[in-house]
Amino acid sequence: MSSRERILARIRAAVAGAPDVEIPRAYRGAGDLPDTGLVDLFARRVGDYRAVVHVVPETGAAERISASLTARGARRIVVPGGFPEPWPSVPGVELMTDGPGLGAAELDTVDGVLTTCAVAVAETGTIVLDAGPGQGRRALTLVPDYHLCVVRADQIVAGVPDAVARLVPDRPLTWISGPSATSDIELNRIEGVHGPRTLEVLVVT
Amino acid sequence: MTRTFLGLPGPRPGAAGEGFPARAARAVRDSQLRFNLRKATRTIRARRAGVVSELPDWAELRRAGKAIKDHTLRNLDAYLLQLEEAVTRAGGHVHWAADAAEANRIVAGLVRATGETEVVKVKSMVTQETGLNEALLAEGITAYETDLAELIVQLGDDRPSHILVPAIHRNRAEIREVFAGRMAGWGRPAPEDLTDDPPALAEAARVHLRERFLATKVAISGANFAVAETGTMVVLESEGNGRMCLTLPETLITVVGIEKLVPTWRDLEVFLQLLPRSSTGERMNPYTSMWTGATEGQEFHLVLLDNGRTGVLADETGRQALRCIRCSACLNVCPVYERVGGHAYGSVYPGPIGAILTPQLHGMESELERSLPYASSLCGACYEVCPVAIDIPAVLVHLRAKTRHPVAERAGMAAAGWVLERSGRLARMQRLGGRLRRLAPERLPGPMGGWSDTRDVPELPAESFRAWWERTDGGRR
Ligand code: SF4
Repeated sequence: MSSRERILARIRAAVAGAPDVEIPRAYRGAGDLPDTGLVDLFARRVGDYRAVVHVVPETGAAERISASLTARGARRIVVPGGFPEPWPSVPGVELMTDGPGLGAAELDTVDGVLTTCAVAVAETGTIVLDAGPGQGRRALTLVPDYHLCVVRADQIVAGVPDAVARLVPDRPLTWISGPSATSDIELNRIEGVHGPRTLEVLVVT
Repeated sequence: MTRTFLGLPGPRPGAAGEGFPARAARAVRDSQLRFNLRKATRTIRARRAGVVSELPDWAELRRAGKAIKDHTLRNLDAYLLQLEEAVTRAGGHVHWAADAAEANRIVAGLVRATGETEVVKVKSMVTQETGLNEALLAEGITAYETDLAELIVQLGDDRPSHILVPAIHRNRAEIREVFAGRMAGWGRPAPEDLTDDPPALAEAARVHLRERFLATKVAISGANFAVAETGTMVVLESEGNGRMCLTLPETLITVVGIEKLVPTWRDLEVFLQLLPRSSTGERMNPYTSMWTGATEGQEFHLVLLDNGRTGVLADETGRQALRCIRCSACLNVCPVYERVGGHAYGSVYPGPIGAILTPQLHGMESELERSLPYASSLCGACYEVCPVAIDIPAVLVHLRAKTRHPVAERAGMAAAGWVLERSGRLARMQRLGGRLRRLAPERLPGPMGGWSDTRDVPELPAESFRAWWERTDGGRR
C-alpha cells in the first residue's frame, strides 16, 4: 500500500462514526462592515505600521510621486508594465520597465519600485498585490529597499472578508501591512529585515 | 503506536528519558532566561489583548475557526484528495509522507534531483519536527535557516524555545556574541564593529542572508494554511525572508502537516483575522504570501505529512489538538511556560499545546512524554486565548488518565485508601502520628522527596480534630 493510501485509510478509520459540524458564520462577513470613512481609516492604520502615507486628489498624484522619489534621493526606480500612463517625469530619476535583464541581482541594485495594488483593507491597513497591471511579478516589490504603492480610493474595502471576496485565488498574492519587520530581538519591533525597509503609500482620491 | 520522531535529537542537554520536572528545574535556575521570558510574554500578551478587543466579533470568529477545523478534520480524506487535485491541476507535484523519515527522504530526493547542495528554509515547525536539516546534512545538503530567530538558533547551535519567537531565550548581548562569533563560519561575516543595538543586529542578518537569497536555487518552506478547494498555500510572516524563499528560487518544496487544510478560499477570511491578532498581536502581520501550484515559472512540490497525526485524530478527546494554528497565544499566557521556557518541554512544540501534542504524536513511552500532561496547573488561561478554542486542560486531564501515575503517588493513594476505609483505622493512625510527631522529617524520604523539596512538610498536630471533638464534645466541655 502506498503512503497515500495508508494515510487516507488511517483517516477514514479514525473519524468513522464521528459527527460532522455546521460552520456558524455569525462574524462580520463581506459587506457587513460600514463602508464610510474608509480612506481615513486606511491611512491611519497604515500609519500605525510606521509606513509613510499621503492622501492626494488624482490631479496631484504625479506631483506627489515626483516629490517622494526626489526626497528619497532615488536614481533608478522600477515601474511594472501596466502602471497608468502617462508616467510622471521626475528630474534625475530613471523609471525602468521590468524585463529579462532584470534578474534578482540587478534588482538588488535599483533604488526602489513604484506600483499600484489590487485591493486595500481599511481595518488592517493592508495592501494586496496580485501581480496584475502596474504590480508586476513578486520579486519586484521584494528585493528593492523602497516601495511606493499607489492605492485608488475605490480599491479600499472595509475588512478582511471583503478583500478575500474580491481577490482571485489562482493569482500569486502578496498581502503587505507595513514595512518588513521583526520582533525577534527582545520583542522590539525593528522595521526592515529582508523586504523593503521603507513603505510609502499614496492614496489617490 | 509506533514511535514518531518529533525533533528530539540525541546529545542535547536533556535526552527524551528526562522528564519535564528535571528540565524545568534546570530552566528556572537560569535567571537570564526567566527575565527574557517574563518580559517577552508580558509584552506580547498585552498586545494581543489590545487587538483582540478591537474586534466586536472575536467570539464569532473563534467559533467559526473551531468549526471550520473540526469539519475539515471530519472530512480530511476528501479534502486532502481535493487539495491534491487542485495543486496538480495548477502544475504542482504532490507527495505523501507517512512519517518523518519518509518526508525527509522525499525532500532529499527532490533536492538531489536539482543537482543543488544548498537550500534556504523559511520557518517551518514541521521540518523541525521531522529533523529535516540533520537528514539533509547526512545527504551532503546544507539547509540555511533564514528567519532571524532561526538564524540566531542555528548559528548558536541552539534549540528553538518558542513557536513564534524561537530565540526568545536570548537577549541582545547574547545575539551579538552569536553573530560576531559564528556568522563567518556560515557565510558573510558580521561587521567588525557590530553592536548589540537591535537594528544593527537586524542589518547584520539582512546583509548576511542577502547573497544567499539571490544565489540559492532551492527553497523549503512550511505553510500556515492549504486551501483544498483551490490548492492555494498561505504563509504568514514578518521579515520578508519567507517572500525571498517563496519567490526567488527555481524550485520550491513545501512541507505541511495534513491538519493544515481549510476547505474553501472563503475560510481564509476567518483565519487571516484570528492568526495575526493571536500570534504577534498585530492587526495583520507584515507579509502574507499566497500561491497556487507552479507560480511564475517555479517548480513546486507539496509534501503532505502524517507523522502520527492520524493517531491523534483517532482519539475523540485528543483530536482537537489538530485544530491548532500554531499562534503561540497559549504559550504567552501560561504561568508554567513563563517560568520554564520552551526547552523544558523537550520537543519542537513547547508550552500548553506541546504538552498535549507531543505525548499524542510521540506516544507515552518515555519519562518526558508521561510527565508532559502534568506540566500545567490547569488554570485554563490557554483555553481562554486559543483562537480555535482547544480545551487544553480537558485534553491534559484526559492524557493524565492514560498515563500510570508515579510510583509514590500510587503507593500513597493505596495506603490512604486503606486508612480511610475504616474510621477505627484512621483514629489509630492519627494517635500514632500525634505521638511520633517530633520525629517527622522536614524532607520526606524516598520517592516523596520531590514533593517536599518545593513545599514545607505540614506539622502534625498533637491531637486530631476528631479526637479533640470527642474529648471536648465539640468545644462544650
Ligand atoms: S493551541 Fe490554540 S493558542 Fe495554542 S498555539 Fe495552537 S491555536 Fe494557538
